[in-house]
Amino acid sequence: MTIPYDKDFAVVLLADMIRIRRMEEKAAEMYGLGKIRGFLHLYIGEEAIAVGALHALSPDDNVIATYREHGHALVRGITMNSIMAEMFGKREGCSRGRGGSMHLFDRATRFFGGTAIVASGIPLAVGLALADRMQKMQRVTACFFGDGAVAEGAFHESMNLAALWQLPVLFLCENNYYAMGTALDRYESQTDLCVKASSYKMPAVKVDGMDVVAVHETIKRAVSHVRAGNGPYFVELQAYRFRPHSMFDPELYRARDEVDEWRRRDPIQQYYARLSDEGKLSEAEYVALGANADQEINNAVDFAEAGTFEPIEDLHRDVYTTELVP
Amino acid sequence: MTITYREAMREALREALKSDERVFLMGEDVGRYGGSYAVSKGFLEEFGPERIRDTPLSELTFVGAGIGAAINGMRPIVEIMTVNFSLLALDQIVNMAAVLRHMSGGQWSIPIVIRMTTGAGRQLGAQHSHSLECWYAHIPGIKVLSPATIADARGMLAPALLDPDPVIIFEHAQLYNMEDELSDDASNWRCDIRSAAVRKKGNHLSLITYGGSLPKTMQAAELLAAEGINAEVIDLRVLRPLDIGTIIASVKNTHRAIVVDEGWKTCGLSAEIMALIMENAFYELDAPLARVCSEEVPIPYAKHLEDAALPQVSDIVSTARIMMGKE
Repeated sequence: MTIPYDKDFAVVLLADMIRIRRMEEKAAEMYGLGKIRGFLHLYIGEEAIAVGALHALSPDDNVIATYREHGHALVRGITMNSIMAEMFGKREGCSRGRGGSMHLFDRATRFFGGTAIVASGIPLAVGLALADRMQKMQRVTACFFGDGAVAEGAFHESMNLAALWQLPVLFLCENNYYAMGTALDRYESQTDLCVKASSYKMPAVKVDGMDVVAVHETIKRAVSHVRAGNGPYFVELQAYRFRPHSMFDPELYRARDEVDEWRRRDPIQQYYARLSDEGKLSEAEYVALGANADQEINNAVDFAEAGTFEPIEDLHRDVYTTELVP
Repeated sequence: MTITYREAMREALREALKSDERVFLMGEDVGRYGGSYAVSKGFLEEFGPERIRDTPLSELTFVGAGIGAAINGMRPIVEIMTVNFSLLALDQIVNMAAVLRHMSGGQWSIPIVIRMTTGAGRQLGAQHSHSLECWYAHIPGIKVLSPATIADARGMLAPALLDPDPVIIFEHAQLYNMEDELSDDASNWRCDIRSAAVRKKGNHLSLITYGGSLPKTMQAAELLAAEGINAEVIDLRVLRPLDIGTIIASVKNTHRAIVVDEGWKTCGLSAEIMALIMENAFYELDAPLARVCSEEVPIPYAKHLEDAALPQVSDIVSTARIMMGKE
């Protein structure tokens, strides 16, 4: 299939995937230098999902993601500066340094996290959508979660409630075939995730999550279904995480061959090859995209370095909205 | 007028639903059934299914949905049948509602009100009878209320809804049928959600309690008064943040204190209050602190065993007598 976009948009999709990749690689490097601590979950390999999906949403829609959410935050419009500063624990970060890698939040872009209890963002998404429905807003709530989340009760309860009340939720299951180190067929009796969603009477489709065009086209259709008031929609996006689960993961649970096999389907390389074949992007332009991303990430690291730490006197700030009178 | 605690709560809810269209009620059987304790009886007809929402038996998700709705412009009131069932929603309350504001650097307030019954005394056994208020009072980021009077049942919901942070209201199941006079003048019951209340003045010892134990404690105070022991009764009303000032002022006046708490002793609210007194008023004390709590057992079904497990008026009276050197 020919890429069905004009050159500008076609290139934006590639540029955003490259921005995520370079940011993640730099984050790993900063982790090695001890600038970033705690858990760090990289999105490398899965970039086509966030890019394809988020470009199908409107700025006023709601987005919830998981603890592997740097890429979603970036494409949603949170600056690389703000993301890197957050991972450095700096006050200039999008959560003032209180959240870190797993808890990026941004009210301005309606990015509701960054939640690290698997599946816990799904009930929240149902509530965001319920509020929109009750207030007659035309928003869609896009809720990203991993394949591991489908084993949680919260997933099933939320699928049921969203379908029962016909709420405008777009359920986006990023299936990378592992719940941390446990393979899908070792923890699910039914490994066809769409079957589960269908049982709650909502449309459920699978898409190749390594193909940014396929993702974007599928999510566009899903968004129009949801925005038109037809209730929730489930999309399983099949992809693969190239890196370990977190920086602590020795990767004892999967074969090198399997990783290599998926790496041959790298979403960036695949898409670049298509753009190139169609004459939409020259090699020089491709190199320039990488250079731009490198520039952006180097600036972000400088910004994070130069950032300040929140004073300890502010530790108790924002436990409550109003200061408690002792 | 004389009304029950249940009616007072119902009127408070009705007023909230009438005065703010962002308010809605959601929970198991709040609609067609009329509420498992009949608090929301008639609401479905009065306010319609958009605002009176019967939910599936999915505590985790309907509480989480309440949190999501709260950060997106609504003022949800979520009803959970009992505190025992609320454990199914603990993840959303503790890991989401309580932390979202701080963890995001103050970007959102979470104006949700969660109501639930608590407490024993109706022979419902060990999965419907516990008092786990202290679990919630342990958590920074949420506020915990325990209305124990008709006026508080009528008056605490409005300020809870105005509060921008998550508020949990515990309604002791034994209180629903309690009747009392309620002033027609709203200014008499429009309550704050910050302070404890002195329910009876006294100068010999402080009886510090809350919720379903308040009527028992008041009864005990009356019996003690007949023996010449003049007890002061403090109703905590707000379990988080605790009104330390009122507790300490009372202890400084009476120099003796007993905590009456239907929760268990171990790691409970009574332990916290005693620790606060030790930290703030140790040199004021004329006697070791004491407490009357539930026995450290799951609350049993059989009436005689349930009674034996719970704090009773006679336990409060005898503990007070011992403290006063009269037994």
